[in-house]
Amino acid sequence: MAASVETVEKVQSLGERYKHGFVTDIEMETAPKGLSEDTVRFISAKKNEPEWLLEWRLKAFRHWLEMPEPQWAKVDFPPIDYQDAYYFAAPKSDDDKPKSLDEVDPKLLETYEKLGIPLREQEMLAGVAVDAVFDSVSVATTFKKKLEEAGVIFCSISEAVQKHPELVQKYLGSVVPAADNKHACLNSAVFTDGSFVYIPKGVRCPMELSTYFRINAENTGQFERTLIIADEGSYVSYLEGCTAPMRDENQLHAAVVELIALDDAEIKYSTVQNWYPGDENGVGGIYNFVTKRGLCAGRNSKISWTQVETGSAITWKYPSCILKGDNSVGEFYSIAITNNMQQADTGTKMIHLGRNTRSRIISKGIAAGRSAQTYRGLVSLGGGAENARNHTQCDSLLIGDRCAAHTVPYIVSKNRSANLEHEATTSRISEDQLFYCRQRGIGEEDAVALVVNGFCREVLQQLPMEFAVEAQKLVGISLEGSVG
Amino acid sequence: MLEIKNLHATVDGTEILKGIDLSIGAGEVHAIMGPNGSGKSTLSYVLSGRDGYEVTEGEVLLKGQNLLDLAPEERAAAGVFLAFQYPVEIPGVPNTTFLKEAVNAVRKSRGESALDAMQFLKVLRAKVKELGMSDEYLKRAVNAGFSGGEKKRNEVLQMAMLEPALAVLDETDSGLDIDALKAVADGVNALRGPERSMLVITHYQRLLDYIVPDRVHVLSQGRIIRSGGPELAKELEAKGYADIIEAAA
Repeated sequence: MAASVETVEKVQSLGERYKHGFVTDIEMETAPKGLSEDTVRFISAKKNEPEWLLEWRLKAFRHWLEMPEPQWAKVDFPPIDYQDAYYFAAPKSDDDKPKSLDEVDPKLLETYEKLGIPLREQEMLAGVAVDAVFDSVSVATTFKKKLEEAGVIFCSISEAVQKHPELVQKYLGSVVPAADNKHACLNSAVFTDGSFVYIPKGVRCPMELSTYFRINAENTGQFERTLIIADEGSYVSYLEGCTAPMRDENQLHAAVVELIALDDAEIKYSTVQNWYPGDENGVGGIYNFVTKRGLCAGRNSKISWTQVETGSAITWKYPSCILKGDNSVGEFYSIAITNNMQQADTGTKMIHLGRNTRSRIISKGIAAGRSAQTYRGLVSLGGGAENARNHTQCDSLLIGDRCAAHTVPYIVSKNRSANLEHEATTSRISEDQLFYCRQRGIGEEDAVALVVNGFCREVLQQLPMEFAVEAQKLVGISLEGSVG
Repeated sequence: MLEIKNLHATVDGTEILKGIDLSIGAGEVHAIMGPNGSGKSTLSYVLSGRDGYEVTEGEVLLKGQNLLDLAPEERAAAGVFLAFQYPVEIPGVPNTTFLKEAVNAVRKSRGESALDAMQFLKVLRAKVKELGMSDEYLKRAVNAGFSGGEKKRNEVLQMAMLEPALAVLDETDSGLDIDALKAVADGVNALRGPERSMLVITHYQRLLDYIVPDRVHVLSQGRIIRSGGPELAKELEAKGYADIIEAAA
């Protein structure tokens, strides 16, 4: 049986990792605090990377040293001390993990409960050291086998560097160059892991790909690097993140995601981001500085971003599309929810280069508490973008009178044949709506969740089914305590 | 069923209801008529517990339970239903979703189990059919883009689903042409029953041709100044409010 062979291999590889962790001095598993060329070399050596990749990382690091931090976003935080952080740590050993759910923060468990997450998954999410390894190995094995049959490559980017160096070298940094912006530079210099996906010509990926199922998904949160290539005529839907709240001790997250769609290929990328937002006074919480960009390289290609952003203390994120191929299509569907002291500056860039390129932007921002959020978007049409079209719709909903929502749309057109539409609204959740719901028996918080879900409906509908159901619950949970 | 005793209420510090006494028996339909500004809508909001309507004196009992201590959603669970004069639009929330949330919230607070999607749809479809409405209502967002008549019929559908002990109909006839009025009244009449009391608030007698009340009360300046049978509505229509108010003064 092929599956059992696979399982045996997995168990062996786990055994190796175990042994590796056992004999190696613990000091050697963690890079010293701070960031220098040595740190970059350490990480690259740990991952046994080829010379070109080390050079690429070092180049990014040198750019990083000289590059100023982006100042244009409407977010406010004290300067980051990059030297006061660790950039490489081996995954936690089971000894450091909670032994059972009894040792996990009850507040976290309460949220899992509300999201209806099964016990086994709760343990996995909370990082409990369980004997679920064999379970997850077998699930992953079945899953991998199906993908292999289709010729799909789905693995960690470290594995891809070893096994598919030609693809990684060709495409890594091709959409987000190493010197793109300060946060992307940092990621390029010190990324530790992430996902790699390659869909061969003409293949429709047989299932939704989710980081959730990827083994080695642990501890890649901080500087995650994702590269997805859809070859000619292929299709893939990729789900990132999880509706369950994720805790991480690292405050700074700087991920980079690159998507490449060749002729007639389509990539659908959905994110639910629910990192720890800090407490109601804004203490703690993740800084989420993400660079996500897709290149519609081929004719008739399509890239669609859908995001539900509810977590993090600060979100700085602009999933974008470069519409290079003629007739290519870019889409951006976004829900951003901020509560308490959260700050979000998010939006998209649609760069139209090819002829007959089309883009669509639907952004729904919900601000509550004392939070602040900004939609920031660029629609740019180059001289060659004949007959390009864009439709943008930005709606903001305010809950309470201490929050703020801003819309900053930039439109640059160098082509007279362009057809551009922009609509924006700002509204308040009305007392009439809440009373109407309550008169029908729906409690106040459920009423807020209901009204907000209605407001977000166009975007929620873009999410894959099982994700959408969880995301709806998440909308309600994120806004708890925002009224009354 | 409903006992209102010496009810006083203020809005923004101004006293609007100045001592209302009203008793409605099980299965009875009472009408409250009055000129603009007499306190009709205030009474409906006080009964349903809207924020900003402060009760300063008196009590309201539904089946012996004091309503005034309860939040709006708790009153709904206790059996109070308000058909709004201006039903509120909730964009993006399908009617079915809204009704399911409402029905299950009420069931939950009564200690009953929630209906699953299949059970719920079965009940809902049956009610829609009974009321002679089309299924198309259910997919549309709550009241969004509905005509005046559609909104009022949607209120009746909600009432049918929630099966309240007390239904308060606030100016249900406003903004309706005669055909829509008949359709809404048919729906309301179908929901009359021995276990359900209704309070029909209206400015015009016209509605009461279709929803015939057991008792009619005239409200003026926050007090009930006259009560009588259905014939009182006709008298009002003939003489106008001014005469009746003057005669009562």
